[in-house]
Amino acid sequence: MSASVWLGVLEQGLLWGVMVLGVYITFRVLDFPDLTVDGSFTLGAAVAARFIFEGYDPWLGTALALVCGVMAGCVTGFLNTKLRIAPLLSGILMMIALYSINLRVMGSKSMLSLLRMDTIYTDVTHLGVSANLAVVTLGLAAVVLTCYLLYTFLQTEIGLALRATGDNEQMIRSLGVNTNTSKIMGLALGNGLVALSGALVAQYQSFSDVGMGIGMIVVGLASVIVGEVLFGTKTLLRTLIAVVIGSIVYRAVIALVMRMGLPTTDLKLFTAALVILAMSSPIIKEKFSARQARGKESGESAISGRP
Amino acid sequence: MLSVVDLSKTFNPGSVNERLALSGVSLELEPGDVVTVIGGNGAGKSTLLNMVAGVFPPDEGKISIDGQRIEMFPEHVRASYIGRVFQDPMMGTAASMSIEENLAMALKRGGKRKLLRGIKRNDRDFFREKLSLLGLGLENRLTTRVGLLSGGQRQALTLLMATLVTPKLLLLDEHTAALDPNTGQKVLDLTEKIIANNNLTTLMVTHNMEDALRIGNRTIMMHDGNIILDISGSKRENTTIPDLLEMFRKASGREMANDRMLLAN
Repeated sequence: MSASVWLGVLEQGLLWGVMVLGVYITFRVLDFPDLTVDGSFTLGAAVAARFIFEGYDPWLGTALALVCGVMAGCVTGFLNTKLRIAPLLSGILMMIALYSINLRVMGSKSMLSLLRMDTIYTDVTHLGVSANLAVVTLGLAAVVLTCYLLYTFLQTEIGLALRATGDNEQMIRSLGVNTNTSKIMGLALGNGLVALSGALVAQYQSFSDVGMGIGMIVVGLASVIVGEVLFGTKTLLRTLIAVVIGSIVYRAVIALVMRMGLPTTDLKLFTAALVILAMSSPIIKEKFSARQARGKESGESAISGRP
Repeated sequence: MLSVVDLSKTFNPGSVNERLALSGVSLELEPGDVVTVIGGNGAGKSTLLNMVAGVFPPDEGKISIDGQRIEMFPEHVRASYIGRVFQDPMMGTAASMSIEENLAMALKRGGKRKLLRGIKRNDRDFFREKLSLLGLGLENRLTTRVGLLSGGQRQALTLLMATLVTPKLLLLDEHTAALDPNTGQKVLDLTEKIIANNNLTTLMVTHNMEDALRIGNRTIMMHDGNIILDISGSKRENTTIPDLLEMFRKASGREMANDRMLLAN
């Protein structure tokens, strides 16, 4: 593959990497399978795109996207903790509600083009960053900053309580933490990052599309799992870096299979298969080794003449 | 210290699964009281502890600690008064987090959590000092994930966490029942040591009658959601396990038909 393809992989890996960090917060740290992500990714894209489309500052639009994602996460948290709706259903309800909201944000259009508009990427080229490195520079800055902030936050008093909420709710409640609050906080944080990623991606591809978030949770999961498997979870910092690398590896794999002739329309099927494979690998491994052991045993018994 | 007045709780009221768990229980604990709680399955021992801890709200009755009414407070608010150790050794610690992180969270029990570093500079020395009291060598494994520890080690750690900030009341819910006899004895010895060192007011559920009479200064027996026996002082000292079984038979009109309680002796 050519250098420009690899650059594209890196760009996408980093921009979607912010989303993957958000999914890591909800899915792994909080142990909350949050489907809001599909809606909040598009929400971030829609808010930033509309803001830029109307001629406002793209940086402000990006920041606003993050705030909107935080609010979406808060609502999901409210549904789950205060109204006692199951985690999966809370996320699905928000995802569906956000579909309509996103259409409204984009002025009832299913697509909003940002061609020839000023984005944060064109903005940094004015500062002297070369045009073809602008996305990588900003993407890397966003990912490094997010990792650093998350790493610091997850070791604060509040951050420890958040992690413990995902690990052992009963225990951290008995140590005086309101787990409802920490769940809402984690969902807000996660969806804020997802929406930020949506804003970065919309400006990168110069449009926002109402369907661009479909299957985002699966992409996030695939990246988290691939990253964890390849680079391990020995320390917190290592895990955070691992999931970002997982995002880049995922994009590389996608680029590869598309080169090999996979039609774009089959991408989601491929991603789903990838996640199924990764999630079922422990069971497959177990079955395989059990069969191997049994095979060995029956081989031995055949030799020794036992039935 | 702890005052429980006319506490009642019915689970699943109005359904086929309706069960009266507590029926008007009253109990007064003096400061420094160490009370052991015995009784058969479904007697209401754990329910009593869980109601004091705030796991579920009472139907009726009052609970107060040092004159402060707490029955309307949620669990996490009551946590500032109460340290707890559960029966399941996995319940009291966060497996994916390190020993020092678990202790740091316990150090904030009852305090306000802020965006400050979870583990401060002087904390580690304090943790090492406290861990060395357990005699398990954990003081050299501060950054080890708790999930890698054995059940006994985790239970000892939970006990330390529950008492790291001295609680007004310590609740122990059969906290050695899930451990092997040897480890259970070690954790029990540690429990006695920690209670004595901090002069903790304690409510301890146990299924072991020998422990129930030996540990602490008072023993209560529960049956069908009521306290049917409350002995302390010389009366308790002169009570033997057969006496206890006889008292149970008289008070409840039934044999103590709990294999686990009989086998434990």
